[in-house]
Amino acid sequence: MSFDPRLYPERDFEIELRLLIEAIYLKYNYDFRNYSPASLKRRVQHALVQLQCDTVSALQDRVIHSQQHFSDLVQFLTVPVSEMFRDPAYFRALREQVLPVLATYPSLKIWIAGCSTGEEVYSLAILLHEEGLLERSLIYATDINPRSLQRAEDGIYPVGQVQRFTSNYQAAGGKRAFSDYYTAAYGSAIFDRQLKKQMTFADHSLATDAVFTETQLISCRNVLIYFNRALQDRAFGLFRDSLCHRGFLGLGSKETVQFSAHADDFETLTRQERIFRKR
Amino acid sequence: MKLLAHPISAVVIGASAGGVEALLALLPRLPIDYPYPVIVVLHLSEREDSVLPRLFAARTAMPVIEARDKQPVRAGTIHFAPAGYHLLVERDRHFALSIDAPEHYSRPSIDVLFESAADAWGEHLAGVLLTGANEDGAAGLATIAARGGLALVQSPDEAVIATMPQAAIDTMTPHAVLTLAELTRTLCALAGKEPL
Repeated sequence: MSFDPRLYPERDFEIELRLLIEAIYLKYNYDFRNYSPASLKRRVQHALVQLQCDTVSALQDRVIHSQQHFSDLVQFLTVPVSEMFRDPAYFRALREQVLPVLATYPSLKIWIAGCSTGEEVYSLAILLHEEGLLERSLIYATDINPRSLQRAEDGIYPVGQVQRFTSNYQAAGGKRAFSDYYTAAYGSAIFDRQLKKQMTFADHSLATDAVFTETQLISCRNVLIYFNRALQDRAFGLFRDSLCHRGFLGLGSKETVQFSAHADDFETLTRQERIFRKR
Repeated sequence: MKLLAHPISAVVIGASAGGVEALLALLPRLPIDYPYPVIVVLHLSEREDSVLPRLFAARTAMPVIEARDKQPVRAGTIHFAPAGYHLLVERDRHFALSIDAPEHYSRPSIDVLFESAADAWGEHLAGVLLTGANEDGAAGLATIAARGGLALVQSPDEAVIATMPQAAIDTMTPHAVLTLAELTRTLCALAGKEPL
């Protein structure tokens, strides 16, 4: 027998999923308990097929007794999907409306929360470089998935994606040839080491960790859609506490702080590009 | 025509190539007091921020909105999935969005909507699969039927592109294979209404 979502009793799946998530929390302190259930279910279904498990309980058995299996499962639970300059209008708005304000600070700290495999970190570094701000910036890029963080730090992407990255870069108001920023070799695009100098990669969970530094800009895009309301509120609280007075918060194109418990702590800078500013 | 022994509470519709025309033949004929939420995934380019709500709002009696993350599903309202995101329904009948990988090269994917909606409404869900050039939606429609919900497919003979409805017919047994006019009448009849 192999896993078939249509033959799997729905109630069993629900019970076993809760047990799995609780087991992961107790054993590894990874807290998926307040993730949006529908997406989580789909990701676990996908993991069952790919990891060749017949039941969620069988998966739990493996995961609880093997760090390696847990690490494999995390790759499915956190599904890294990203591209450089995704939503070019967002980066254009950062360039035109946020960076001129940030340029008035002697030094900058920027937090990319849920950076996944790093595409957005390099995008932002390029933006800062072109606006003459990279040298005085520190970029903290955080994620809960150590393998994603490692790939982010490596800054090496399949060359097949570069065409898309390039058109995004141009649409985002890029000022140079995008090829200035990477070297193509062996089917990969290796991004310029100079971009990495100001980056720090760290394990940080919006579900369980606290604020670690004061920042002027936080970018957290398409992370909060995977959280339930309670966890979204926790994350917005962290962002408010981390941001300096009048600091900026950038979200994904379908995310907003407006309906959260912290709506009053922020004002909208650009509605379409989802950039908010701490009051 | 009595297709199900129990009432439905929600309608999900999936369409791809040729879908705009098909939906224009169907959605404007649902009356203003159509009681159920209607949730639509239509494959479009990821780059296009969805123009669908505006396009349809001008032509339908029912109110039309883009589905928003963590917002409740509204009765009597047509919801479109935003471009570039999967649309899911939670069991508490709130929407959730995701940027997980495309399925059948599609994001939003019809399967993702249909399967999550089947969890949310079980036998009280009607799923409708229309014209399209890929096989997205067939698995989702099978899940709806497996949960006791109603599975309706546009007649491949009438569809602009037959691949999508045909994929459903090949992989499962829909309750009915109907023309757009018949589908419209059926959706209205489920609510005890007449098409406009």
